[in-house]
Order: sequence, then C-alpha cells, then structure tokens
Amino acid sequence: MFAYIVRRALYAIPILIGVNILTFALFFMVNTPDQMARVQLGDKHISEEAVEQWKQQRGYDKPLFLNTEENSQGLITDTIFYQKSFNLFLMEFGRSDAGRMIGADIQQRMWPSLALAIPTFIIGIAVNIVFALFVVMFRATAIDTAALILCVALLSISAIFYILGGQYFIAKLWHWVPISGYLPGFEAWRFLILPVAIGVVSGIGGGTRLYRTLFLEEANKDYVRTARAKGVSETKVLFKHVLPNGLIPILTSVVVVIPSLFMGSLLMESFFGIPGLGSYTLDAIQAQDFAIVRSMVFLGSVLYILGLILTDISYTLVDPRVRLS
Amino acid sequence: MANKHGYFSIIFMAAVFLLTGCDSTWNAPHPQADAGKKIIYSSFAERPKHLDPARSYSTDESRFIDQVYDAPLSYHYLKRPYELQPNTLTEMPRIVFTDKDGNQVPEDSEELAYSTYYFTIKPGIQYQPHPAFAKNDKGEPYYRFHSAKEARAFNDIADFEHVDTKELVAEDYLYEVRRLADPKILSPIRGLLSEYIDGMSEFSQAVLEARQQLEEEQGKDAWLDLRQIEFSGLQELGRYEYSIRLKGKYPQFKYWLAFHFFAPLPVVVDQFYHQPGLLDRNISLNWYPVGTGPFMLTKNDPNQVMILERNPNYRDDFYPSTGEEGDLEAGLLDDANKRLPLLDKAVYRLEKEAIPLWTKFMQGYYDRSGIAADSFDQAVRVGGEGITLSEEMEERGVRLEKDIVLGTYYLGFNMLDDVVGNTGTPAEKERKRKLRQAIAIAYDQQEMISIFINGRGQVGQSMLPAGIFGHEPGEAGLNKHVFTMHNGQIQRKKLEVAKQLLKEAGYPNGRDAKTGQPLVLNFDTTSGGNSAVQSWMVKQFKKLNIQLNIRATDYNRFKEKMGNGNSQLFQWGWLADYPDAENFMFLLYGPNGIVETGGSGVNSANYNNPEYNRLFSKMQLMEDSPERFQIIQQMVDIFQYDAPWASMWHPYSYILNNQWVSNTKPHGISPAVLKYYNIDPEVRQEKQQQWNQPVMWPFIVLVVIFLVVFLPGVWAWRRHQLQSIHEVK
Repeated sequence: MFAYIVRRALYAIPILIGVNILTFALFFMVNTPDQMARVQLGDKHISEEAVEQWKQQRGYDKPLFLNTEENSQGLITDTIFYQKSFNLFLMEFGRSDAGRMIGADIQQRMWPSLALAIPTFIIGIAVNIVFALFVVMFRATAIDTAALILCVALLSISAIFYILGGQYFIAKLWHWVPISGYLPGFEAWRFLILPVAIGVVSGIGGGTRLYRTLFLEEANKDYVRTARAKGVSETKVLFKHVLPNGLIPILTSVVVVIPSLFMGSLLMESFFGIPGLGSYTLDAIQAQDFAIVRSMVFLGSVLYILGLILTDISYTLVDPRVRLS
Repeated sequence: MANKHGYFSIIFMAAVFLLTGCDSTWNAPHPQADAGKKIIYSSFAERPKHLDPARSYSTDESRFIDQVYDAPLSYHYLKRPYELQPNTLTEMPRIVFTDKDGNQVPEDSEELAYSTYYFTIKPGIQYQPHPAFAKNDKGEPYYRFHSAKEARAFNDIADFEHVDTKELVAEDYLYEVRRLADPKILSPIRGLLSEYIDGMSEFSQAVLEARQQLEEEQGKDAWLDLRQIEFSGLQELGRYEYSIRLKGKYPQFKYWLAFHFFAPLPVVVDQFYHQPGLLDRNISLNWYPVGTGPFMLTKNDPNQVMILERNPNYRDDFYPSTGEEGDLEAGLLDDANKRLPLLDKAVYRLEKEAIPLWTKFMQGYYDRSGIAADSFDQAVRVGGEGITLSEEMEERGVRLEKDIVLGTYYLGFNMLDDVVGNTGTPAEKERKRKLRQAIAIAYDQQEMISIFINGRGQVGQSMLPAGIFGHEPGEAGLNKHVFTMHNGQIQRKKLEVAKQLLKEAGYPNGRDAKTGQPLVLNFDTTSGGNSAVQSWMVKQFKKLNIQLNIRATDYNRFKEKMGNGNSQLFQWGWLADYPDAENFMFLLYGPNGIVETGGSGVNSANYNNPEYNRLFSKMQLMEDSPERFQIIQQMVDIFQYDAPWASMWHPYSYILNNQWVSNTKPHGISPAVLKYYNIDPEVRQEKQQQWNQPVMWPFIVLVVIFLVVFLPGVWAWRRHQLQSIHEVK
C-alpha cells in the first residue's frame, strides 16, 4: 500500500503543476501586474513610481514565464510563475498582495471553518443514514412515497432560500439565535447552531435519496434474505447487515469530501459572517488578491487529491477483498 | 411505564426551555458578559488593508486609526464651516515665508521661495501602553529578538506581557514625515508631498540607495534608521518643537496636517515591528497601530471583529463647549467640557450582508446604522418635507442624521474624443460643445436620484458641493446653460432647447447632418453595474434620438481605457480629502489629465482649458478671501460653459441612531469623532430585553409536528416488527 500511496502522490505533482499553470494564466490574462498594483494601492494620488515599487516589492516586476535576460537556470527560475509557484509545493504560501502572511491567516481561519463544517458533515451523514434506513424499512409503502416527495421538494429548494428563510424565521422573528456573526470559544455554538441546522436540512433531500438507493440495493441481496429467513429481526438486519455493507459505496462519496471540509463553505460563511477559509477565498477574489486565490486553489487541489487517496485507502479498510496495487 | 417516562421527560425539558428563556435574550451577537457596559457597537463591511498611518488612505481604515493616532491639527467637532484647531499642538503652526536665501518675505512676495511651518507640541502627552516601550532593568528594550526563533512564542500583540509608555516628542512627528518619504512604505501621498516638502525627493532617493546597500549586507528585512539620512526640509528645534519647510506656498498643507499621515511615530515602535520573526506572524505596524489618541486597537481580527478600547494614558481633552446654531437645542452640548473619550470601548463587527446588519440594528444590538435600499421603506418616508423617519422608527425613538457628503459624482465626457471632446477646428469645437450642452439638458439627473437612490442626493450646479468655500447656492450659482429659475424653483431647460443645440451641433434629430447616420455614443462602465440604471440612461439619450451604447468591462479594463483615452462617456466620483475648493477644482485642471499623466491623474475628462488652468494656478495658492471667491466663480462659469461633465450630483448621508446614542453629528471630513460619542447602556439593555424575547410558540408547534410524524412512525415500525407470517400473506 505504501508504494501505491507514493505513486499516487507522485502522480499528483503534474496535476498540481497543471492547476497552477491554469490559475496563473487565467489570472494574468485578466490582470496585469500593473492593474493588480493599482487595485491594491487605490485610486487616489497613485504615481507610476509607486506602481513600480509595489511590483518590485512583490516580485511582479519579472517576466511571466521566461526571463530572456537571464542565462540557463535563471531563464525559468527568475520569473513570476516559478517564484510564485515553487514554494507552494513546500506549503509556503508567502504574503498576500496586501502584505499579510497567508500561512498565518490560513492557520487562524481554518478553525471557524472546521467548527462549522465538521458538525454539519457528521450530523448530516447521521441524519441522512437514519432517514434512508427508515425509508428502506418502509420501502414500497405510503411512507416511502411521502419520503420521496419530501426529498424531491427539499432537493428542489435553493440553498439561499434555506439560509434566508432560516435567518428570517429563527433569528429575526423568533429571536432564538443571533442572525449572523461569530464569537470564538464556547460562545461559538450560538452562532453555529443555525448554519449547521440549515446545512443538515438542505442536505437531507439529496443525501437520503442517494443512501436509500444504496441501502435498497444491499437490502435485496441474498445474504439479507438469508438473514431474514433465519428469523433475524428487521432492525438487526438493517443495522448489522445492510448498514455496514451499504457503507462501502457511501465511503466513496464521504471520504473524498473530508479533507475539503477544511476549505470551508463560501455560501454559509459569507451569509452568516463566519470568518473561515470560505469567506477568505471569496474576499480575496473580490479584492483581486491573486496571491491568496492562487494559494487557496492550490490547497484545494491538494486536499482533493488527498481525499481521493484516502478514499482508496478506506476501501481496503472496510472491504478486505480490495487490494491496492 | 417507560413510554410515560419518555413523554414526561419531553414535557419537562420543554418547560425548562420555556422558563429559562423568559428573562434573557438568546440572540445577542455580543458576549453576554459585556451587556450593560459603556461600549458602542458598530459594523464594517470591508476589511481594512492598511493601518499604517503613512499608508492608509481609505475611510474603511481611517475610521479605526484616526481614533488611535493624533495628528498635529484636528477639526472642530461641531462648528461649520469646518474649522481647524490645534490637536496636540499648543497653538496653530506659525508660518514664516522666506526667499531662496532664507530672508523673511511677505506672503504675497514674488521672491517667496519657501514656507516654513513651526510646530510646538503640548508637553506631557503619553503614548498608549505598548510592548515597544517596555524596558528591562538596564533600561534597554525588553523585547529584542535576534532571530525569528526567539520570536516564535508571540503570535499576537497581546502575547507581549510587558508594556510601557513614552512621552510624545518632536522627533516622533519628524520620523513619520521621513516614513512618508520612504519609497518602501508606498505612501499614497508621497508623490504629491514631494512636490512641496523641501528635500523630500532627494531623501527618498537617498533612502532607496541606503536600503539597497543595507539589504545587500544584512538581508532583505534589515531595519534602516531613517534618521541617519539627511532631510533638508525637516528640523528638530527642541524636545517639543519642530519645523517643516515647503517649497513655495501651499495653503492646503494645513489640511494635510489634520490627516493621520502626519501623526507621530516613535523610532522605537518602527524598530520593534522590524524585529525578525514578527512580520511572519503578521505582527506589524500595518496591523497594530501605536498612538497617543483617545483609543487603542486591542483586537484586530478584520475577519470578525475590531475592538478599540480607551487609552488609559490619553491626555487632557474635553468635549467642546461651543458649536454652531442649533447644537444646543439638539443636545449636542449636553456633555460640554466633559473629559474625553466618553466611551470605554468600541466594537466593530464584520457585516457583509445588509439584512443581518439591519436586523441587528432593529434588535438593538447595533447602536447606529446606515439605510440600505432593502430597508429604506421601513426606515424612512419621502414626503414634502424631504426624507423623514417612518412611524415605526419614531416609535422606537430612533434619531435620523442627514448630511451632504463632501463629494461629487458625475457623468463625464472624454474631452480628447473626436465626437464629444474639445478637438478639431474652433468651429468643430463649438459644435461639440453644443452637443455636450444638449446632452447636459436632456440628462435628468434628478430623476435618476429619485428613482434609483431614493432621493438621497442633490443635483450639482458645479463641481463644488454645499459647505465648500466658493459654492454659491440659489440663483447665483445656477448653471444657466442647463437650468432656469421659475418661481424660485430650479427647473431643467426644455427639451426643445436641447434639440435645437443638437441641431446646431450638426445632429438634427440625432442624425449626422452630412451622412444621415444616427449618432451613437459609447458609455464606458464597469461590469456588474445596475442594468436598470443603464436602461434608464439609454432612455435619457433617446430623448434626443441619440443611441447610447453601454460598453461594460471589468474594472481593470475600464481603468485601462480611461488611462489610454479610449472612452467617450463615463461616470466617476470624488470624495474630498479636505474642505477646500482646490480639492474639487483640480479634477478639471489640465496637467492632471488622466491620459496626460499615464493613468494616475484625477482629471478623468482630460479637460484642458488654458484660462481655467491659469485661474486654478492662482486660486490654489490663495487663502479664502473675496478675491478667491471671485476666481472660483470665474472657473465655475468656464466649466459650465464648456460642459466637460454632462451632469453631477452630491450624495446625502443618512445615519440612524438608536435612542440611547448621543453626541453624534455628521462630520464630512474627519473620522476622528468617536471620542465625542456617548451612549446610555442601561436604556440599551432594557430595550434589548424588550425587543428580543424569544418567541416560543413556533417551538411548541415544531415539537407537536415532530411528535405527530414521529409517533406514527414508531407505531408503524413496531407493527412492522411484530407482523406475523399470516399478516404478510
């Protein structure tokens, strides 16, 4: 397995280089370093000299991909692309265009993101599995049909509607929780309860439908029929036989997401004023802070690849028949 | 039995839930422990980028650092027109005019080569407590790191346990001027000040060279002591006295002295923040300001909250005892002569969305609020008396503050453009002027203000808003090329006048008289603009049968077009740095043309009238006087005749204050007003309790719904479990 992981990690390098080239090209096709400097420096009283100074301080005064004024190694290394990209592979993100250390900002902002994402993720999965098992238990009955209608209805509603509705009723009209904001430490729970609840409810429709399909497929297999024929109760059948075996395909959709939880939620963090990495990325896009966006895209790619590797590994753990080679 | 116990538990928990909620609020977004304290709660939408006084230049930043830093001068809080007064100085700076040999000359002398400003600081002013001032037993700085490793334990300024203070001295003010000139700091006003402060350009060049050498020897982050480099225009005359020498005369300099750019910065602070390892943890002057002002920034987390707390070392400073007419009646002098600041703390929370911000204001959790478009109808009503509070707001005791913003937004022409600009032969120029005048008449700015911004603006007759010396209200200041006076009311000229002008411009009924082709004009704007406003604009031009083509691009492309002179019509705006006509009239000064300056000029229309330029050069060097007023009127006349801007308007600001907030008076220029604000925390707490009692009936309904769904489910499951083979059959 170790060889497999090493090989997958090595495969990731060209993917990450590709992602970097794409992000870099996209940004520099839209913005020149001059324009980036003017955005950062503001509109008033900005001289050409100040623009040049800004570029020089941040290394944006070099050629993009190829430095024809340099010889041999410098041809490639003394360029914006190389200097801004190479350190990313060492997980050194450098400074944002506004001058702050990106690594320190990520370390600070990942906690609120995780505080929101982890409960939403865990509670969401638990609720979806329970709902799905409940529906499977009553498959082909009126309860199943009602659940189907409810799930489709929940699926059809936009996430923004849940957010605005939740904020309007729960926070504004009924005064149960703060409408938005965040306080560190223990008081954070008051601010997280609503976004977590909305995250869970908005995911029930899709999650339950997916898991129901997976559990149903499992529930119709021979070993389940055998268990029933032996007189095992329906609860035991579901929780001891169907659930563990149904979890294998669920893992594919769940484990791959785990590392990405770190990246936060753009929508939730933005609407609820939670100072996580999702709103960090969104702010950077709005402020045209290329250094942050590039770092976050790179980090997102790394985490996605990590998620895929973890999924493969988790297969071997839950199903001994699967071997990585 | 077990089931009975289960139901009892649910009922018991619901009862506890209900009872515990009876006398407390659950939705407070602030820590419960702070309730009842003299803290003002506000919000910010944009995270500040720079808190370094040499670098910061936006209102998002000034609202924080102007409470921390003490500039030599400040504005009187209550008096209008705006009046400068000594802040940390014993008196207003003394100005001495000299010739090139240093001999004193009169102010209006042609020999005048320098103006030297002499400053005397009040003794005994202390800085806020800060680790940079902490000393060990030997009298050396307590915190001195020789490597990043030594600084590893410090992740926040609060991690430094030892703090101390120091007295404000002349050197601190001079050091900050040196910092303004340091090219590495990228001060936005370095270019402008270099034109006036004697020796600034030479100093900048010397710093550049010295730093290059230092970095080669000691590495990139080495600290350069700026005091070691000669700066001819600055002089330290004593512990509390210093001078700044300007080239020639620059009357507007006094306004810059009220900016945080000229606030003091001790060398030890600069040295402290340049220690190895601190910048890697974002511990920098750009993030943690150090000043002598009424407040100190104790929490800087712009992703969440910024907290200003009373500076325990703040000097003797008292609430003004005089103001303008009406201030006494408005209760603005109730705290006269009280020691400042009146608040203990100011908490600013990040709020990007308008709805949560408004909701929290209505719940009493924010003390003040602007009026967003979504909440406009709920907050105010528009009637014959203008904009007044809605009944709901009046019942809540909310107070509305109105003020005209010292700013101008305008629809401009690119005067270098061949169709609408000032190009070609004199006859062609005249025809194009008539085209611009025709558009100026047809373009009904008042309609736009009424429809799209709820009447929150005033149509401008010139570039000068009310409150600026030179602004002429009423008929005298009327733009007679566009408006007429009828029964004391300003009216736009009839459309027929515009059509006649259009015909004289060579476009009868909107078509080129020679080719018969329709006249198509391009309006350059940034993408993401309000499409309804753009449709409205198209209709305005349609009145003259002119086709308006909207060319929307991203902001960078738009700026590039403007810089290259590839625009035709555009919209732009300007918010004043200081309350002087020069700060508006330079928007049309030829040498400031955006094309001429390669994109950095403020004259976006590229207007270049030699007579206007001549008068501007004269006017900008004059103090306010009847003669200056006359020159300003001449310049306004030229501007109105040439019409480089089709239309202009000055925005109003509307702020709502909850009933427990007092002493707030809009100040169009200075953000350093927090020290005057006051609140009554007891009234606030009482109202918060009253307005935010949890509504419990939905909870009961939800529990009932849950039980209605859950119990049959349990019943069905049990039945399913107990099904016999016969039932299945």
